[in-house]
Amino acid sequence: MSAPAATRESRRRLSWSAAGLVLIAVFAIAVPFASPNEGRTTNFDRILEAPTSENMHWFGTDDLGRDLLVRTAEGAQVTLIVALVASLVSLVIGVGYGAIAGYAGGRTDSVMMRVVDTLYAMPFIFFVILLMVVFERNFFLMFVAIGAINWLDMARIVRGQTIALREREFVLAARLNGASGTWILARHIVPNLAGIVVVYLTLTIPQAILVESFLSFLGLGVQEPETSLGTLVSAGADHLESASWLLLIPGGLLAFLLLCFNFAGDRLRDTFDVRESR
Amino acid sequence: MSLPRYVLRRVLGAVPTLLLVVVLAFVLVRAAPGGPFDEERALPADVRANIEAAYHLDEPMWQQFLRYAGGLLRGDLGPSYRRHGESVNDLIADAFPLSAALGLLAMAAALLVGIGVGAVAALGRDGWRDRVSMTFALTGISIPVFVVAPALILVFAVQLGWLPAGWSGARGAGAWILPVTALALPQIAYIARLTRASLIDVLASPFIRAARAQGLGMGRVVRRHALKPALLPVLSYLGPALAGILTGSVVVEQIFGIPGIGQAFVRGALDRDYTLVLGVVILYATLIIGLNLLVDILYGAIDPRVRHR
Repeated sequence: MSAPAATRESRRRLSWSAAGLVLIAVFAIAVPFASPNEGRTTNFDRILEAPTSENMHWFGTDDLGRDLLVRTAEGAQVTLIVALVASLVSLVIGVGYGAIAGYAGGRTDSVMMRVVDTLYAMPFIFFVILLMVVFERNFFLMFVAIGAINWLDMARIVRGQTIALREREFVLAARLNGASGTWILARHIVPNLAGIVVVYLTLTIPQAILVESFLSFLGLGVQEPETSLGTLVSAGADHLESASWLLLIPGGLLAFLLLCFNFAGDRLRDTFDVRESR
Repeated sequence: MSLPRYVLRRVLGAVPTLLLVVVLAFVLVRAAPGGPFDEERALPADVRANIEAAYHLDEPMWQQFLRYAGGLLRGDLGPSYRRHGESVNDLIADAFPLSAALGLLAMAAALLVGIGVGAVAALGRDGWRDRVSMTFALTGISIPVFVVAPALILVFAVQLGWLPAGWSGARGAGAWILPVTALALPQIAYIARLTRASLIDVLASPFIRAARAQGLGMGRVVRRHALKPALLPVLSYLGPALAGILTGSVVVEQIFGIPGIGQAFVRGALDRDYTLVLGVVILYATLIIGLNLLVDILYGAIDPRVRHR
């Protein structure tokens, strides 16, 4: 923990980014209910209309006359869900792998970590692209693929923490009481990893968001009529000159979302001093 | 460990990674449901058999892999599945110079500006310069390239009209400015953060205090003494930076309409030109792994302690 003044500053910034995230979540969930418009209803009388207060087209309409406000909210929902599920995938793999490696120690540990090092050197993003090309933008696969990128960092951090926990008295006490390795891992080690894992999640979620929107931008991720922030930005980039709001609104929301996560993650990491130990 | 042994070990260490890349990429592509020549209308059986024989798709998988790997060793990435009569090598060779120039410019800009901004922030620690540059850096990390690039076009090409929006038609130096900026921005942000953190660490160490105590000015201390050790983390970031720039170039070339490898890659991905996509993935992976290897070796040469870990 840092000095009180720094902590207060951290806390203030943390609450700002938390407030931002809550705001985005509320926006994403509430808008489709509150608006009289449907995200998929086209209206060819009102295409590419600039933001107006009329009929709640606050964000304007796109090239098919669909309401951008609702579409942005729906896109944000998809982006958030993909990022959360993908991060959960990476969490499960990373925590499992890291905890086993760290707890087992010795040869098992060094082999397992060598595998992580080897995978680390691979440019995964291109494999994700390859995967999406080959398997035709499969939604489920996207979760797995993004999760499969992010678990490496998680595994390293969890392993470091597990090694520290392994030597603690309560683990020794459990072992003296005859607890098995699996029991100790599941009941004593993993629960104690929760703090560090949550902190680290705030850093993996924005990465997952970035990958999803990158794929969607290229046309390999979320497909029409489904939408995500990346898909919307991609559509907006095609209408730069005539309808800049189509780019600026979803793009701005995406950047704001990432900024909040990065801000929160940065602060949490500094506060709890999470470092990768190798 | 002596330096030659260290180098050898590192080189040998990179081999399994590279092999893994090739095997994984190959298997992934071959695992695709449906062949590369499946169209909406089914081909007559004999035509299909002929095509498959021409591309050796009728051989067992391991034989296909050996054929492909053998080709790779000779630097041959095979024929394109979609563009008849053209090889993946041709497609890449056509596009490579442009992409390489773009990437190198972006890398140079990222290093120059990133280190500069980071140093300014570290020296004015907790002051307004620090705050401004670190807010800029966090924002730079948070805005994806595919938002930055169209936004730059919107402001500097559409609104202000200072720079060309696309590639075709405008061949001057101006056409490079926006794509390079878009590519470099996130890397500038990362490098600035790295430089700042590491320079702050270094500036707190005793040898800097000693240099200051001898009456050396701050500027001279930073330039002559602090910057070199402080840049080690930046050196090890070069590999990830290249990965970031390659990833970004896929998007940037698409947005600006630059006929480079990134654009070829996206086109290949969208019309399922498997060999082209496979070739580009292997090329990119080799570049990144190669740069990481080079950085490792440099690191070992600069800092002998690394060799004994």
